[in-house]
Amino acid sequence: MPDRSDVIYQYDGSFDGLLCCVFESYDKKEIPADVLAPGQHQAMLFAVKNIVTDEQRAGRVLASIPTKMGGLALDFVRHAFLTCLPQKEIYILLFLRLGYQHGPCVMNMLADDVVSTLFKAVTHLKRESHLLKGFVRFSVVNNALTAEIEPKNCVLPLLMDHFCDRYPEESFLIHDKTHGMALIYQPHRHAIIPIDALQLPEPDEEELAFRQLWRLFYDTIAIEGRYNPKCRMSHMPKRYWKYMTEFGQPQELIPKLGDQVKRLSFNIL
Amino acid sequence: MDVFDKLGILADAAKYDVACTSSGVDRNTTAGGMGNAVAAGICHSFAADGRCISLLKVLMTNACVYDCQYCVNRRSNDTPRATFTPRELADLTIGFYRRNYIEGLFLSSGVLKNPDYTTEQLIEVLRLLREEYRFSGYIHVKAIPGADSGLLARLGLLADRMSVNIELPSENSLLLLAPDKSKQSIFAPMGYIKDRIHENTTDIVKYQHAPKFAPAGQSTQMIIGATPDTDFKILNLTESLYKRYSLKRVFFSAYMPVAKSSLLPALDTKPPLLREHRLYQADWLLRFYGFRASELLDEEHQNFNPFVDPKCNWAINHMELFPMDVNRVSYDDLLRVPGIGVTSAKRILTARRTGSLGFDGLKKLGVVLKRAQYFITCSGKARPGLNTTRSIVLQSLMSPKELGMYRIEAQPAQLSIFEQPLLTQEDLSLCLTGPM
Ligand code: SF4
Repeated sequence: MPDRSDVIYQYDGSFDGLLCCVFESYDKKEIPADVLAPGQHQAMLFAVKNIVTDEQRAGRVLASIPTKMGGLALDFVRHAFLTCLPQKEIYILLFLRLGYQHGPCVMNMLADDVVSTLFKAVTHLKRESHLLKGFVRFSVVNNALTAEIEPKNCVLPLLMDHFCDRYPEESFLIHDKTHGMALIYQPHRHAIIPIDALQLPEPDEEELAFRQLWRLFYDTIAIEGRYNPKCRMSHMPKRYWKYMTEFGQPQELIPKLGDQVKRLSFNIL
Repeated sequence: MDVFDKLGILADAAKYDVACTSSGVDRNTTAGGMGNAVAAGICHSFAADGRCISLLKVLMTNACVYDCQYCVNRRSNDTPRATFTPRELADLTIGFYRRNYIEGLFLSSGVLKNPDYTTEQLIEVLRLLREEYRFSGYIHVKAIPGADSGLLARLGLLADRMSVNIELPSENSLLLLAPDKSKQSIFAPMGYIKDRIHENTTDIVKYQHAPKFAPAGQSTQMIIGATPDTDFKILNLTESLYKRYSLKRVFFSAYMPVAKSSLLPALDTKPPLLREHRLYQADWLLRFYGFRASELLDEEHQNFNPFVDPKCNWAINHMELFPMDVNRVSYDDLLRVPGIGVTSAKRILTARRTGSLGFDGLKKLGVVLKRAQYFITCSGKARPGLNTTRSIVLQSLMSPKELGMYRIEAQPAQLSIFEQPLLTQEDLSLCLTGPM
């Protein structure tokens, strides 16, 4: 196996782009010191090679993964790509190289540095998406459901099936403000699209009433004699509270309407 | 009285019921409807007491004609009363569910007029939800002791999970504190539900897509600390409930003094939260770790050791089985090592297929060695530099909280063990399992 060379790859930030980095690494028999997404800068003074995304090359790498190391490894890599792990690209590249070398058992090499780092990152992603299945809060206005989240990982693809399954006859939107993406659903179509600013509609009376009912329930259901804020915090870290109805004040929950209101529309699909 | 007032009263009256999980069944939406159920369960929030909120947990009514001493809703208690109409409750559930506040409904009730009438009201709520709103989310409903089995049957076909609360772990306690209930009135519906659930697995139901009876199974709850019943008694009862009635879960609820009564602990008694915690740990060992109740407690040791958890306690009493070699022993044996849980054991099994594991490898798998290190070897070798100083071992086997408690409560003579240099296995088991 070639040593890590003193070259750095720069790719376009897409999954296909990353697969092309893998292609390049095999083609040139070199292992880059790092793989940079657009806008990332290197700290070392290595030569930066721009890797052009080529569908055919990406397709060849993609097809080889399940045959060489199994479908599980492909799922794993796709998930790894959604994580917030710093330098996830180089880890994925190194993981795939291990996979070509060892075959499907790469998925069992949990004591290897690269594999265990990626496993931890994917576990984090899955945990966050599982938590958000519960913590997402929709507002219902004009019969449409809207929600905002600020996750660390790119969780929308993992939330898609769950929420589409849950509300098959509704129209809903989940805005991931961290990554500038939104999951949009209308019976029975869905899409994940890039979106920057989005002004959610003003809540109506019914919506405000349900928020108050929920806060009443939330405050009532705790048993004073068992008060345990530490335990609550460990199950429900504070960074999720921002968008949760139970912690908002009534006036805070009414979004202000800006001038450049970009009205929410479900006709984007 | 509006829905706000009712919700305030009826959520407050329901909060002592602990069986609030949404797990155990996977289901997709019915055509044109709403909702799914996820077998793993989903927590939608955590209350200020740290407990998971998954379901809208309310009573249909708190206007109860019974007079159970330990209960806030008892007839003789002077408290505001409220009753939901089935429509109000169904609308509330759907409104919460659409906003993703909840996984579904956990509906219990005081006895309004009589058990049959109460059950009819419960059926109406569930019927509205399932038939009118085509709601496929999770529904857990309480069976009212003493209700007609024909009504129970209808209720069970609409619910995901049913439960009959045992409340008190012995018939004596029941006689004393819940004069309107009897062992028979609790175990009869439990037996009926068990038989109906069993029918789900028969071929006719499986192949004809017949509606299933409480597909997520049956659970129950016991109050801990309202009566003198020991942990040994409670754990044995728990084990036999899992076996005899195929229960999915047994929940424990530390008694919160809600009533002044010569039959009950004084009003200023603290809820026995640690005891409840130990029982849950032991329950976990029964359900997932292959332990039997008789391995954890016996006639001589009727209550759990407050300072170490039940698994650690067991291990210390069985040092002849340790150390175990992580590269050799079976999955079942790995599960017996303090500090190694189901996830770690599975990872070890997976990882050792590609090569033998050392202590560094274990760490990378995410195995926490703090406790496990004293009970394992890797390919015959103990952890390099393992410190078996008495105080260090003690600190490792106890959580900071347990250790703090131990330092306060243990006698000065026992405290001196912290100063002595070396700890033998015998010492360890002695100082940790001796009478506290
Ligand atoms: S029957 Fe239930 S609600 Fe009524 S007093 Fe007894 S425990 Fe309380």
